[in-house]
Amino acid sequence: MRRLAPMLLAALAVMAAACEKKTQPTPSGEAGTQAAQGQPAGTGGTPANADTILLGQVGALTGGQATFGISTRNGIELALKEANAAGGVKGKKLAVKVYDNQSKPEEAAQATTRLITQDKVVLILGDVASSNSLAMAEKAQAAGVPMITPSSTNTTVTQKGDYIFRVCFIDPFQGFVMAKFARDELKLGKVAVLQDNKSAYSIDLSDVFTRKFKEMGGMVATTESYSQGDTDYRAQLTAIKKTQPDGIYVPGYYSEVGVIARQAREVGLKVPLMGGDGWDSEKLFELGGSAITGSYFSNHYSPDNPDARVQKFIADYKATYGGVPDALAALGYDAARVAIEALQRAKDLSGPAVRDAIAQTKDFPGVAGTVTLDEKRNAVKSAVVLKVGDGKTQYVTTISP
Amino acid sequence: MAQLLQHLINGLAAGTIYALVALGYTMVYGVLKLINFAHGDVMMVGVYMGYATAFALGREARGSLVGVAAIFAVAMLGCALLGFLFERFAYRPLREKPRLTALITAIGISFALSYGFQLDIGFLPGASPRAFPEIIEPTEWLIIGDRDVVVWNWQVISFLIAVGLMVGLQYLVFSTRFGQAMRAVSWDHRVAALMGIPTDRVIALTFMLSSGLAAGAGLLYAIKDTSVSPLMGLYVGLKAFVAAVIGGIGHVPGAVIGALVLGLVEEFVVGYAASSWRDAVAFGFLILVLLVKPGGLFGRVAAEKV
Repeated sequence: MRRLAPMLLAALAVMAAACEKKTQPTPSGEAGTQAAQGQPAGTGGTPANADTILLGQVGALTGGQATFGISTRNGIELALKEANAAGGVKGKKLAVKVYDNQSKPEEAAQATTRLITQDKVVLILGDVASSNSLAMAEKAQAAGVPMITPSSTNTTVTQKGDYIFRVCFIDPFQGFVMAKFARDELKLGKVAVLQDNKSAYSIDLSDVFTRKFKEMGGMVATTESYSQGDTDYRAQLTAIKKTQPDGIYVPGYYSEVGVIARQAREVGLKVPLMGGDGWDSEKLFELGGSAITGSYFSNHYSPDNPDARVQKFIADYKATYGGVPDALAALGYDAARVAIEALQRAKDLSGPAVRDAIAQTKDFPGVAGTVTLDEKRNAVKSAVVLKVGDGKTQYVTTISP
Repeated sequence: MAQLLQHLINGLAAGTIYALVALGYTMVYGVLKLINFAHGDVMMVGVYMGYATAFALGREARGSLVGVAAIFAVAMLGCALLGFLFERFAYRPLREKPRLTALITAIGISFALSYGFQLDIGFLPGASPRAFPEIIEPTEWLIIGDRDVVVWNWQVISFLIAVGLMVGLQYLVFSTRFGQAMRAVSWDHRVAALMGIPTDRVIALTFMLSSGLAAGAGLLYAIKDTSVSPLMGLYVGLKAFVAAVIGGIGHVPGAVIGALVLGLVEEFVVGYAASSWRDAVAFGFLILVLLVKPGGLFGRVAAEKV
């Protein structure tokens, strides 16, 4: 008991010291080179004497969705680099603090809290997977820090509150796009659905697809499910095979879809697979091999788009990171640019002012389509359908809302 | 009917892999009364060793028997060495400490491996799942009807290897001097040492054997499901552990039968109910077995020496 008191005191002292440090962040990176003259104190939410505006990103850098977070981070970095080269925002440089959520919602929530309370960011970007964004949105909304998700398509994400925005379309639209494509273009009559029961994204897409496909006169023979992280789907595929479908809708993520495609061919299913933007990763070709060739998925953008703005982005991205940017990189880039433009328009850097500025985004020329935010803080955009070829995707058609 | 048969084959194929991993748990537990929770992750490391070897050998070596043998040899010997190192530097210093200490160390090693391998620096593979090269060209061995039931060559190969290893291990444990030494160490390693049994060497060899086995199992798993990732050891390891407990941990045929039963149960649950039930049923089954027969299906409940 006697030893407890000094220990407690010591612990308190350490904590106090730690807090002291965190209230005066010295953002690393490009702060030193060009001594931008920050306005005197009074610019709102950011800590005084900082000559950098700090944004936050939470994304999956490890775990099953790792390429999503990495692509998004690359896109954001590229946008920030361009903005800083053009003089920054309000005379200050921009920097981004990135935290890994290990593809887990609980880690995403924790990282968001850290961005808000320790790093005191003015705005949060992320995540890709809707389950993670939902966890983040709760924290961001409660703290009054604006958040823009580049590519979470689940409807409920922006319903978390008026500080949550997105620059992509929503799931009901993707489900509709694929149902329409399957009926009108592929002329399929009977399909099976294989959904990921652990992902809000997958269930949402599967629900809408089923409803729309039936409305258009098609038939959904069976709905089977798997869980994220599984690698053996033979039982479900055997059950699906029994119903003899013309196609299979698999609204999952690339890490599972590639393996599903291989095992579908193995059990003797030769029909095309269809999916959503969760398929979009270079890894899909590696995991799926030749089995995935000839399948279709809906996506936000196609690198085949001849638009000069898109081609410039692709060239810049290739020069910096190598490889063609996927849709997640494009949306990360768009989200960061929407954020930067809003920060420029905002009258100060406080939460409400930034929120209002983002809400007024209209006809913003993004590389993944023009962004106009509706009153529900969702972007209204069209989708493209891509066909998986040998090691690359191929543009098929565009479907508008 | 055809569907049932196909589920049966798939379930046996899945159970076979669990069996090979479960044997490793059972051996180490049998000798040391230690649940080596890092076992599944040693398997994962073995898979990546095989992956690296497959790429080092190039494409043409993959189909050939020599190439496949080389891949298995590198992975199994590499993991045996890893097992030796873990035993020597992580578990041996703790042998006279309470058993819980070693268990916690095992969990620590498990997480260090599975999360360490997600780092994307140097030779480490990074977090994303990789496609394992097809080192055994998949061929259909048996087709019934219009592809209603299909048996693949790798399914038969894995099954035969698992059964063969089980028989071999059983022979090793009950009919060789080394097995006798293992059983003596398992009974009481201090007394065994007094009788002149080189306890340290027996335990080290057991670890090497179990780790090498894990690597072999991991490669069969990678051939089966093609997708490999740093977290695979956690999933497979946990399932194999459950299988070993169902069979009666420490019991060699028990581990194999427990694993086959678990594989079949899972396959039928997914095939006829829903995949979200898979883990619930698997662990429910575990609880049921432990309630009815606390030592597992084949185990005996031994009174704890006090």
